[in-house]
Amino acid sequence: MKFSDEFETRFAEMITHYPTKRSALVPTLLYAQDEIGSLTGEVIAELAQRLSLTDLEVRNVISYYSMLTTKPRGKYNVQVCTNIACMLVGGEDLLDHCKKKLGVGNKGTTADGLFSLEEVECIGACSWAPAVQVNYDFHENLTNAKMDQILDSYKKKGTQ
Amino acid sequence: MASLVSHPDEVRVISKRFGQGATDIDRYLELDGYKAVQKALGMGADAIISEVKNSGLRGRGGAGFSTGMKWSFVPKESAKPKYVLCNGDESEPGTCKDRLIFEHDPHAVIEGVMIAALAVGARTGYIYVRGEYRYLLVIMQKALKDAYAKGFLGKNIFGSGRDLDIYWHGGAGAYEVGEESALMESLEGKRGIPRIRPPFPAVVGLWGGPTVINNAETLAAVPHIILGGAEWYSRLGTPKNGGTRLFCLSGNLNKPGVYELPMGYNLKKMIYEVGGGIPNGRELKAVVPGGSSTPVLLPEEIDVPMDFDSVAKAGSMLGSGGVVVLDDTACIVKFALRTMKFYRHESCGWCIPCREGTDWLEKTLSRFHAGGGVKKDIDNIYYLSENMLGKTFCPLGDAAAMPTMAFVKKFRKEFEDHLDGKPCPFEKAGVAEQQPVLA
Repeated sequence: MKFSDEFETRFAEMITHYPTKRSALVPTLLYAQDEIGSLTGEVIAELAQRLSLTDLEVRNVISYYSMLTTKPRGKYNVQVCTNIACMLVGGEDLLDHCKKKLGVGNKGTTADGLFSLEEVECIGACSWAPAVQVNYDFHENLTNAKMDQILDSYKKKGTQ
Repeated sequence: MASLVSHPDEVRVISKRFGQGATDIDRYLELDGYKAVQKALGMGADAIISEVKNSGLRGRGGAGFSTGMKWSFVPKESAKPKYVLCNGDESEPGTCKDRLIFEHDPHAVIEGVMIAALAVGARTGYIYVRGEYRYLLVIMQKALKDAYAKGFLGKNIFGSGRDLDIYWHGGAGAYEVGEESALMESLEGKRGIPRIRPPFPAVVGLWGGPTVINNAETLAAVPHIILGGAEWYSRLGTPKNGGTRLFCLSGNLNKPGVYELPMGYNLKKMIYEVGGGIPNGRELKAVVPGGSSTPVLLPEEIDVPMDFDSVAKAGSMLGSGGVVVLDDTACIVKFALRTMKFYRHESCGWCIPCREGTDWLEKTLSRFHAGGGVKKDIDNIYYLSENMLGKTFCPLGDAAAMPTMAFVKKFRKEFEDHLDGKPCPFEKAGVAEQQPVLA
């Protein structure tokens, strides 16, 4: 199991921040997922061993947090917020538009593995609604036309 | 990067450095940065606490508890280490203020944590940033690194002989973790299951040590209070509601945005003047005044000062500052359903009333909205909500119950209009699956 040097440096520093090793678990899982693509059995076993936990204890934590996943997502995870503030100004239409444009349903991944689509809860962009996060990048005050441009630009980036 | 707005009625305290490049530590220093913590070092713990108490600062996460009072509950002597924990796990629908604070003024949060640590005698602080806010975590990581590099954190801060460490921590997606006991569980590397209280975190918190937990906005206000003084700060607001707060205006408004206004600013004015009123010539239908968990207000109820006590008197809560505005095209049943869908998704399942209640409510509201409602559903929706209130470890059950009860109470007619197989009168029939009727 090999993580990047950046991951290792961060991990080594992080575990000195807490009186118990397992405290580093939640952020470490997310950073690991970002590198590997999903929390595979191998990742789980590795982190469990490093933090003196059982695999089951790690899986138990993974299943609680909505960002953590044991199944791979697309290279670009398009997360459309449909919570109240976004809903009032077209969040649901935007989600439908993305479904059509990408040809997948909620939590689906395109055949080329480039995009996955997810309806998400409030992402803290209420005053700039409707909003979407693609991986960690925020896109706000969206229209269907703007969304098309955004998806096209990721597609270009991802197929280069 | 979230865009900034402005209005002449704003009083900029927390947002003073927004757009000023204050993420850079040298720029922050030019803008009076790290002066408050040095002043606090000379004041001593009791003086800091009494200054914050007198400022009338109340928790900006939603509960509105006196910050100085909260700090005073931490025992002076403790065998276990004490901690300060900054709650930056912003996730209440309608709320997007902490994002701006972390994006534009991360050192103010660090300085706030430092002052809180001095007040309660803690030597370690944590700044918890929600997982989705990765770019803000990056900003915070750099800010902490820069503060260490300047010698503001670590051993013997500002030559005081005191050691103080502050670390970042990131979440991974969970609304409930914004609740203080669940936040501690999450920081300890566990599922965010709430803890029963008492004991309160001020006595038994992180790893069993006394812990002060404050919202990021609350902590960002603290350096300004120490520098400007309690009297100045308290006078910005109304009696017992000191200072200003960031109001996040969203929904059907001409000029949505995050505005810093004095506590007690009139809600009607906030909607029609600051927020620019309702677009497209529509009328106001309802306002959720403080994030999705707060009971809805009708147009005739919004001539109210936005402070904790006045909004409570009006039958709702000031909450987290998320003002969500609905115009007359919005369907209340659908709005109630979307709100409940959120709480059902976020309920951790630890307390049965919340786990079962939010699930039954989502099913019932979903069927009801789709046109499969029966008359007794309306009372059932109220009854199911009432049975979650006050019956759970953490306030997530209350947060789901309170708005739902208000929707039924204030918009019963609209619920009735959905009856007799009639689909939502506000939109084309939905194709939601038919869910069971609660016997």
